[in-house]
Amino acid sequence: MSESTSVVITGVGATTPLGGDAPSTWDALTKGVSGASLLPYEWVERFELPVKIGATLAVEPDQVLTRQEVKRNDRSSQMSLIAAREAWADASRAAELEVDRERLGVVVASGIGGVTTLLDAYDILLEKGARRVLPLTVPMLMPNGPAATVGLEFGAHAGVHTTVSACASGSEAIAAGVEMIRSGRADVVIAGGTEASIHPLPVSGFAAMRAMSTRNDEPQRASRPYDKGRDGFVLGEGAGIVVLESEAHARARGAHVYAAVAGVGITSDGYHITAPEPEGKYVSQAIGFALRDAGLEPSDIVHINAHATSTPVGDIAEINAIRAALGSAADGAAVSATKSMTGHTLGAAGAIETIATVLALKNRLAPPTINLDDPDDDLTLDVVRVDPRALPEGDIAALNNSFGFGGHNVVLVLRSV
Amino acid sequence: MANSEQEVLSGLAELINEETGLPTDQVELDKSFTDDLDIDSLSMMTIVVNAEEKFGVKIPDDNVKDLRTVRDAVDFIVKQG
Repeated sequence: MSESTSVVITGVGATTPLGGDAPSTWDALTKGVSGASLLPYEWVERFELPVKIGATLAVEPDQVLTRQEVKRNDRSSQMSLIAAREAWADASRAAELEVDRERLGVVVASGIGGVTTLLDAYDILLEKGARRVLPLTVPMLMPNGPAATVGLEFGAHAGVHTTVSACASGSEAIAAGVEMIRSGRADVVIAGGTEASIHPLPVSGFAAMRAMSTRNDEPQRASRPYDKGRDGFVLGEGAGIVVLESEAHARARGAHVYAAVAGVGITSDGYHITAPEPEGKYVSQAIGFALRDAGLEPSDIVHINAHATSTPVGDIAEINAIRAALGSAADGAAVSATKSMTGHTLGAAGAIETIATVLALKNRLAPPTINLDDPDDDLTLDVVRVDPRALPEGDIAALNNSFGFGGHNVVLVLRSV
Repeated sequence: MANSEQEVLSGLAELINEETGLPTDQVELDKSFTDDLDIDSLSMMTIVVNAEEKFGVKIPDDNVKDLRTVRDAVDFIVKQG
C-alpha cells in the first residue's frame, strides 16, 4: 500500500470510567482497575431497577469544559469534545498538526445519541409546556451532535459523519475515517465514538432483555468476560477519539506515529436483531477480510482486544469465531477483554478499545482481563489474566473486534510502525 | 407581581451568568446583548424563557428582537410586571 493511502494514528484522546484522559485510562487498564461502582443516582431506587451498578466517568465534563460548553452540548458531545481536544493536542506533540481544513474530516459515532437531552426535554414538555423546551434541544439530541461539535471545534470541511451501528459504532467510525483517507477525500480525520446513556430508560431497556449484570453487591467484580459466573455487561460511558492521518501527511510533518490502521473488515450477520449468529461465521469472515486488507497472515497477530461484553452467549461465540479465522495461529495471540475494567461503553467501546489496542502495540503490553476467576470450559484462547503481558518486539499486529445489536461486525487490524 | 428595576437587573444578571458563565457584575444596563455580552440568538431565547418564569411575565417572540440592550429587557419586564 502506498504512503498516500496507508493510514496511521498520530493522536489519541479519551475520557472513560478509568480516567479523564488516554494516559490515565491506559495506566488503570494495565493495573487491572475496575471502573464500576454503585450508580449514584436517585432514580435507581425510584424506579426499582434490578441493575444498580455502572461505570460512570472518572472525571466529570464540567471539570474541564466551560459552563457554556456544558450547557450547549449533550453529555455525549461534551465527552467527544474533551477526547477530541486531547487527541488533537497529542497529534501536535512532536510537530504541530497543521492541515488544510478542506482536507480535514470527522467521523464520531454514537450508539444511542443524546438520550438524556431527549428525555429531559420530554419531561419539561410534560411538566411545563412547549414554551420551556430549550432551543438547543434538537441539535443536542441528534446522534450526529457529537460529530458536529467536533467538526465545529476544528473547522473541518471534508465531511462530518456519524456511524450508528450499536456497539460496533466506535470501530466503524474509525473504519469510515480510514476509508475517507484511502479514497483521497481527506488527509486527516478525527474519528472515534462517544456514549452517555446511563439514564433510567436505556438501563431499564437493557435490564428488560436481561443483558446486564445484576451483581449489585460487587460492582467491581460484575464485568467478568469468559468467567463461568458472568451474567451480563456493566453499562459504561465515555469517549475515545483518534487522529487518523495519511502516512504521507504524517511523515511530511514529522509526526509521532502510534500505529497503522492496516486493515478493516466489516460484515453483518443478517440473523437476529440482538443474538449473534451462533457459529460466528460472519465474525470469522470479518477477521479474514481485515487480515487480507492488511496483507497479513493469522500468525502476524500477537494480540486481540476482544469485544467480550461478559454476556453468557456472546463471549464464547466470539472465541469460536477467532479460532475459526486464525486456526492454530490463535494460540499465539494474547487476548484482552478490557470491558472487564471499563464496562461496556456501547457506541464508544470500539474507539476506546482501538486506543487500548494501539497503546498495547506501542507499549508492547497486553492489558489483563480482570475477574476471570473460573474460566468457561469452552475458553480455548490465551486470555491475559491478572497481570499485563509483554508483547514481542519487532513488527507486530493486533485485532480489535467490535460487534453490535443488528448483527454488525467490525474488525480492525492495527500494526506497529 | 411588580418587579423593581434593580431586582430585574440582578435577576437577569443571574440568568445570563447561568446560561453563559459571564460574571454578574458585567451585566450593566447600557450593554448590548450581542455586541458587548456575546449572547447569540439561541442563548437569548433560553434567557428569555427563563426570565418569563423568574419574573412571572410574558415576552412574546416578536418582542425579543427589540431587546437589544440590557436596559431594553429590564424596561420591558418592569412594565409587564
